[in-house]
Amino acid sequence: MDPNVKIKAEEIDFYYGKTRALKGINLEFKANRVTALIGPSGCGKSTFIRLLNRMNDLIPGAKVEGRLSMDGNDLYSPKADVVRLRRQVGMVFQKPNPFPKSIFDNIAYGLRINGVRDRAFIEERVRESLKKAAIYEEVQNRLNDNALTLSGGQQQRLCIARCLAIEPEVILFDEPCASLDPISTRKIEELILQLKQDYTIIIVTHNMQQAARVSDDTAFLYLGELVEFGPTQELFTVPRQKMTEEYLSGRFG
Amino acid sequence: MDIANTGKVNALGADKKRYTDLQQALGFGLLFASILFCLFFLGSIIFFIAERGLAVISWEFLTEVPRRAMTKGGVAPAIVGTIYLTVGAIAFALPLGLACAIYLCEYGPRSIVVNIIRLSINNLAGVPSIVFGLFGFAFFVKVCGFGVSILSGALTLGIMALPGIISASQEAILAVPQSYKEASLALGATQWQTIKKVVIPSAMPGILTGVILGIGRVAGETAPILFTAATFYTRGYPDSIFSEVMALPYHIYALMTEGTHPEVQTQIAYGCSLILLCLVLGISAFAIILRQRSNYGS
Amino acid sequence: MLKIRETIYKYLFTIFAFASLIFLAGIIIVLLKESLPVFAEVGPFKFLFNKFWYPTYEPPEFGILSLVVASVIITLGAMCVCVPVGLGSALYLHEIASPTQRAILKPVIEILAGIPSIVYGFFGMVIVAPFLQDLLGIPTGLCAFTASLVLGIMATPTVCSIAEDALSFVPRSFREASLALGANRWQTLTRVTMPAAGSGISTAVVLGMSRAVGETMTVLMVAGGAAVIPKSFFDPVRPMTATIAAEMGEAVMGSPHFHALFAIGLILFLITLIFNIVTEIASRRFRIKLGLGR
Repeated sequence: MDPNVKIKAEEIDFYYGKTRALKGINLEFKANRVTALIGPSGCGKSTFIRLLNRMNDLIPGAKVEGRLSMDGNDLYSPKADVVRLRRQVGMVFQKPNPFPKSIFDNIAYGLRINGVRDRAFIEERVRESLKKAAIYEEVQNRLNDNALTLSGGQQQRLCIARCLAIEPEVILFDEPCASLDPISTRKIEELILQLKQDYTIIIVTHNMQQAARVSDDTAFLYLGELVEFGPTQELFTVPRQKMTEEYLSGRFG
Repeated sequence: MDIANTGKVNALGADKKRYTDLQQALGFGLLFASILFCLFFLGSIIFFIAERGLAVISWEFLTEVPRRAMTKGGVAPAIVGTIYLTVGAIAFALPLGLACAIYLCEYGPRSIVVNIIRLSINNLAGVPSIVFGLFGFAFFVKVCGFGVSILSGALTLGIMALPGIISASQEAILAVPQSYKEASLALGATQWQTIKKVVIPSAMPGILTGVILGIGRVAGETAPILFTAATFYTRGYPDSIFSEVMALPYHIYALMTEGTHPEVQTQIAYGCSLILLCLVLGISAFAIILRQRSNYGS
Repeated sequence: MLKIRETIYKYLFTIFAFASLIFLAGIIIVLLKESLPVFAEVGPFKFLFNKFWYPTYEPPEFGILSLVVASVIITLGAMCVCVPVGLGSALYLHEIASPTQRAILKPVIEILAGIPSIVYGFFGMVIVAPFLQDLLGIPTGLCAFTASLVLGIMATPTVCSIAEDALSFVPRSFREASLALGANRWQTLTRVTMPAAGSGISTAVVLGMSRAVGETMTVLMVAGGAAVIPKSFFDPVRPMTATIAAEMGEAVMGSPHFHALFAIGLILFLITLIFNIVTEIASRRFRIKLGLGR
């Protein structure tokens, strides 16, 4: 197995109830790179990314077929530990969702649920995470304020920090800038480019330009199927599939 | 090899997992126990009252007046009395409550006035039932001179039922789509015409549900009628709205605290409790079914 | 013509709308009017803190301390039942119950809420009290303990439905975020959902308390009836509500006893008024905290 491949999806079908949302997806996500998933609304990109940390388990009637593995280990094996998986694969959601707690407690949450009690360790880790998420300077003097008093862009960076605090290996971004203004969006894109040195990043976006700016590889999905996958530069300049070309030139979606 | 055994070093206490799993199992177990506790209690109440009450219930019990110092005959006057009081209470509370709800939803300026009214409704809803009884006694029985009567009792119960009817009506009226009202007004109807012909008919199922639930609540109340309407024994049925009346809830209380034949009276009390329970729960069930029907309809 | 009619209707409705306010004011006025004489005669401090309630003695004594203590003990005892059971049931319904279970259990709670207080009192008197008397070997089953138990069950549906409502208002996104960080359902429930619903849950508890304090028939039949400060939880007691209900029949209209009973009513009213105000403030804070705005 290629040591550079962090996550591998083989012939993934996904159903909820009778609806088939994903058909025969084959993808490889390389370590320490940013992979973007693009495609029109409803093409299944959010559904797919939620398979990677098993958040789709929350949907009644959800069923996965095929093999989804990380470092060679089957994520859906009966012995798989979902809780552990979610620590290793973090997620940043479309709409920022900090807890109605203080900024400090938001970051500390992930540590505390894992039984970490050492106050000094937690403080240290909180500061580190806030720095890594490029928000430390803005909040260092008000760590005890309610997180909901932050602006949308700040809240999203807080959520990123919260995710970083538990040392994931992979970070999933599900349209992270969809509800943010252009300036906040830019800050987060810069952050993603920095983070990729230490983490494997997968980002879902409906904004093609964003995908072009930020990612190393891109996958184009349409109606639940994978149409094309390749290095971003190639896909955007010389797409191999006609449908990819039509989507990129705005003929639909 | 599956993900649980990757062998990767995880700086965050990997074996805390068993502890948190145990926590969850215990926690959920406690929650389950709470629900079981509720089920157990409900089950016992229904079981005992049904079992011992049924032993006493007969056609005679339901239709005849009591004889021989409450030990023979039936409790029909109490049933009838409860019905009179309840109907009277709702006859008073419904028009008043509906009018109030209409004002709050349709006419009221969104301002301090509306807030004050809302606050008073909420506070009225929280007043203890015995305080209503005191008020009813001092005001309706004495000041108004109605005496201990169906009228006093019904008015007292009506005030108690008022907040509930206002809330239910408000909800029902607010649920009427804005588009209906706009369509009516666009055709040149006045506000009152719109309310009368469009809003109220649309909101009727919700209002009715609130009324029926109010009936259920009021039928079982004892404290407000203790000194305003109820008495242990009447000779036959009430003559007018100014007469005293027997009522099921009060009858149960009186059977257990007055009178001279405790064993027989306890049996009769079981019977009354069963009737009251069936009445109240039956009414509530009817209201719930009505609400579900109207939800499916819309 | 039409215009005049419209205006008449509008004013009519305005008057009706003030009905609740009028009745509330009426209650306050009546309570004040009838209780002031006893405060004038005995003095408010003596009334509240004298522990001897002997209204029928010559000369009568009107100290309601034992009654207040009884109400407090029974209410607190009832809270020990209705808060854990009510909250636990609400959490169960919110997080664990399947849709089928919920369809059965919610009506169960509603039925418990609908049972008239006289039936609870009757049940407590003829079934629970003798049972506890045998089980615990106490002199009488009609005591503060039994009253607390039965009252607690009575208040449980109130706590449960309001708490459940509060829990359902917590946005799903919090739960998702917590699970995505690797928390299990219990941790999410206790560390995120419940704190987020905090004000709503406090409202539920306060309303449960309000219900317990104002309850009359249940305690009248189960609490025992002795107007003395109890020495143990298993002594019979006489809370404020039961006192009014039991003695109103014998108090001569206009007598000091009569006025004293109204004074107790006034105090009860004030207590529930305070609870109501607390609830109002708490539910307003709840909405702001969750970012739901006013």
